[in-house]
Amino acid sequence: MAVVSATPASTLRDSFSVSLTVGTYGAAFGAASVAAGFSVLQTTLLSLLTFSGASQFAIIGVIGAGGSALSGIATASLLGLRNGLYGLRMAPLLKVRGIKRVIASQITIDESTAVALSQQERGEDAMRSGFWLTGFGVFIFWNIFTLIGAFGAQAMGDPAAWGLDAAVPAAFLGLVWPRLKVNADRALAISAMALALILTPLVPAGIPIIATAGVAVLIGLRKS
Amino acid sequence: MSAMWWGVIGTSAIAFALKYSGQSMPAKYLSHPRMQKINNLIPIALLSALVGVQTFAEKTNLYIDHRAFGVGVALIAFSLKAPFPVAVICAAVSSALLYRFA
Repeated sequence: MAVVSATPASTLRDSFSVSLTVGTYGAAFGAASVAAGFSVLQTTLLSLLTFSGASQFAIIGVIGAGGSALSGIATASLLGLRNGLYGLRMAPLLKVRGIKRVIASQITIDESTAVALSQQERGEDAMRSGFWLTGFGVFIFWNIFTLIGAFGAQAMGDPAAWGLDAAVPAAFLGLVWPRLKVNADRALAISAMALALILTPLVPAGIPIIATAGVAVLIGLRKS
Repeated sequence: MSAMWWGVIGTSAIAFALKYSGQSMPAKYLSHPRMQKINNLIPIALLSALVGVQTFAEKTNLYIDHRAFGVGVALIAFSLKAPFPVAVICAAVSSALLYRFA
């Protein structure tokens, strides 16, 4: 592959290590999804087609907890907004059209964007290689590990006996943890959690989570 | 069609639409700092809400049970800079132990 032979070894290494590490989280998703009541086929399709970890955990989390399909889709889609913004950043770099743009879109996620941006010092070719290699790499490993997790959970039976019901919120905690770098972000995290819990007994499942997005937008619109 | 199938299809269709429209829009939208700020804040709010609800809620009721113990262990693990899979496994194991023996 031309893209590989022209790629600095360090870019290859970065892409591969990110792909493999993140890909293994797919096992946690596969197991959680089956534990939430989704079939292995539905779980596999989410990893192939949605291909965005936080959105996937959100849809199985909300529906698994008794929320409606609509509130699940809304939560998952709000979490997927950032992929659109990553696309805005990547498009002028990739300069692709037609089917290549379709493929690039599908693999526009946290990791492919992050690795591409981290290669800035090595030039635009390295950035492009980082994007494609990491995008494809995560896609392959994420889907393989999703299947492993899904079949594993199917063989396990009662999710609580294996701690899967605690693994899902722990996974969400792991997804938000790296984002909590300043006190304002930590305050938002705690307020959002509190608001969601206060609303839980009052409104249908799923709505309390979407409501917290409103708080984020209000804070974002406020002049700082 | 079940809620789960609607969820799978709806989430996948919108996820792709968002990715594709980002790749296809003029880059000038990128330079809006307020958009960037909101883009950083939304995942923090939603993911934190999901941590809370998945830990303490069952449908529309709140409980403190084995899950809270597991997530507490994960919180300690993450604050000790444990890697993601290690912290998640710690949460699962500690929650399962409490579920079985308490």
